[in-house]
Amino acid sequence: MSAIHCHQLCKTFHQGDEIITGLDHVDITIETGEFVCLSGPSGSGKTTLLNAIGGLDTPDSGEIRMGDLRIDQLKRGALADMRLHHIGFVFQAYNLIPVLSARENVEFVMQVQGVATAERARKANAILAEVGLQGLEDRRPAQLSGGQQQRVAVARAIVSQPDLVLADEPTANLDSVAAAHLMGLFASLNENHGATFVIATHDKRVMAYARRLVKMQDGKIISDEAQ
Amino acid sequence: MAAHRLHFSVLLTLSWRNLWRNHRRTGIMLGAIAVGVWAMIFMTALMRGMVDDMLNEGIHNLPGHIQIQHPDFLDDPSVANSIAEPAGEFEALLQRIESKRWATRIRVPAVIASERETRGINLVGIEPAAEADVSGLPELLSAGRFLESRKDSGIIIGAKLAERLETRLGKRVVVMSQDPDNNIRERGFRIVGIYRAKLPGLEEFNVYAARDTLQQLLRIEGRVSQIIVVGEDYRDIEPLYRQVRQQAPADLQVRAWYEIDTYLATMFNMMDGFVLVWVIIIFLALSFGLVNTLVMAIFERVREIGLIQALGMRPALILYQILMESTLLLLIGLGLGNGLALATIKPLESGLDISVVAEGMAMMGASSMLYPKLTSSDLLLANSVVILLGVLTSILPAWRAAKLDPVRALNST
Ligand SMILES: Nc1ncnc2c1ncn2[C@@H]1O[C@H](COP(=O)(O)OP(=O)(O)OP(=O)(O)O)[C@@H](O)[C@H]1O
Ligand SMILES: [Mg+2]
Repeated sequence: MSAIHCHQLCKTFHQGDEIITGLDHVDITIETGEFVCLSGPSGSGKTTLLNAIGGLDTPDSGEIRMGDLRIDQLKRGALADMRLHHIGFVFQAYNLIPVLSARENVEFVMQVQGVATAERARKANAILAEVGLQGLEDRRPAQLSGGQQQRVAVARAIVSQPDLVLADEPTANLDSVAAAHLMGLFASLNENHGATFVIATHDKRVMAYARRLVKMQDGKIISDEAQ
Repeated sequence: MAAHRLHFSVLLTLSWRNLWRNHRRTGIMLGAIAVGVWAMIFMTALMRGMVDDMLNEGIHNLPGHIQIQHPDFLDDPSVANSIAEPAGEFEALLQRIESKRWATRIRVPAVIASERETRGINLVGIEPAAEADVSGLPELLSAGRFLESRKDSGIIIGAKLAERLETRLGKRVVVMSQDPDNNIRERGFRIVGIYRAKLPGLEEFNVYAARDTLQQLLRIEGRVSQIIVVGEDYRDIEPLYRQVRQQAPADLQVRAWYEIDTYLATMFNMMDGFVLVWVIIIFLALSFGLVNTLVMAIFERVREIGLIQALGMRPALILYQILMESTLLLLIGLGLGNGLALATIKPLESGLDISVVAEGMAMMGASSMLYPKLTSSDLLLANSVVILLGVLTSILPAWRAAKLDPVRALNST
């Protein structure tokens, strides 16, 4: 996985007659293996930027490159393949497929990737234990608490060791112990496997782990510091 | 390859679980498909049974699947237009045909007179031994005996005619007709049998005597009016028809039942069309429910579809998943519908008494018993229409689901 370059990204949303700025000429480069935190007030464009990087949403203008690959120009199918094989997502809200159990949710991405059954089950069980959900593997999302659901989503995002993990408020529903554990997991994945992390958060505990803190406001990057 | 199998299994899991997510809706739709498919198959079987009955009856009355006669016979069915009894190679061919069911007949206009009444009739000279196969006449006998040989001196008339002539079994009648030289020939016969036909008109009109007796009476020894050939199945007489046409002497006219009676032929040909139209009409009714069910099912899980797209499921796989869901629904519905149809048709195969509602039907040659007829091709038609058109109608909603924008779908409420 190569570095990600965003150049002059703009994105606006239209709500009736109102034009809402999502991203306003954003320039950012994320090197391979970095651990970046995006912070900023609500509505500052964090989710919009994550979506653009993850190929979920195309910017109105500007370019996003992953190495030589222009992500903003890929077709839907190619974008889906890129997400499937290279990116792990943790979304801000709706994260799990309700008709699948916790384990099946974690296995889902691997299944679409074509990972063999036995390996899938082994990895899924291991990662669920890692995020502290041992014994809850066969529960459906509706039978899990918000924090437990969030941990399933995290488990799914990292289970196949993606090159890039894009996480939107991953600790929103977690107590401090669980949050610390999760961040430890992210950090070790970052250090041991070289996975790149971009995490949007308001959570100071999360920012403490970051080695680079990017602050956003009104769709712009207002500060970008290593720490 | 392995990846495809895994795709299949994950799609199947999603489809199956999503299908049972809304038990009520799926249950109602399954019920609708089952009833629709049942109606397709059950009604088709009834129609087939009825039309088959009419056709069989009609062909029995012609009689035969193939008739060979003098080219002018149909315009002028007099003894002058008779043909030689089959001989030589042609007879050998007739002997070789698989069904072995063929007979010669004499058919001339004649006048029959009892002590009180006189009526014009159609005098038929038959080979008694072969007649059972050709027209089923012996089964129609309601009193007396059937003719015993080609030289039998008895006569068989319809019950209606007996009534008209004010005569009965055992009495004598006189039959008059012309020989080829236009001389009036007449002869007394004893009524040895009375028959009842499904069509009252025939009962009054057709009178049967032994063939050789009539040859003698009409001075046409060695000659007959028609050769009647019956195949295994009236639906499939083409090979036999071709064979007979090739072998028959060139100066004879060979015609199949559908050329002889175009009304029967039309009925036969329209049947398949009727079945198709019926099946499609029911399908159209079902398709509204099907599309509605799918649209609802998709609408309820827009966010989920956004999610699996975001996770990297290609739009095509989403399309397949929805189609698979619809296919499962259709297959289960078909299973239930076919089961229901079989369960209701099987007990009726011994006959369904419709005499209460079918007084008028008798006039068209249908009996008061209806035998539903389930054919494998009708089953295949109903099932393939439902599954093929069903999947086809599901494509649009599925395609729209696949086209959803992941971010918008994820954020929708
Ligand atoms: N689909 C949309 N339609 C209209 N406006 C949108 C849409 N998505 C985002 N916006 C707007 O774009 C701006 C940036 O939104 P974004 O979700 O990126 O903010 P955020 O930094 O993630 O906020 P939060 O911390 O609350 O998650 C906001 O003003 C938001 O209202
Ligand atoms: Mg956000």
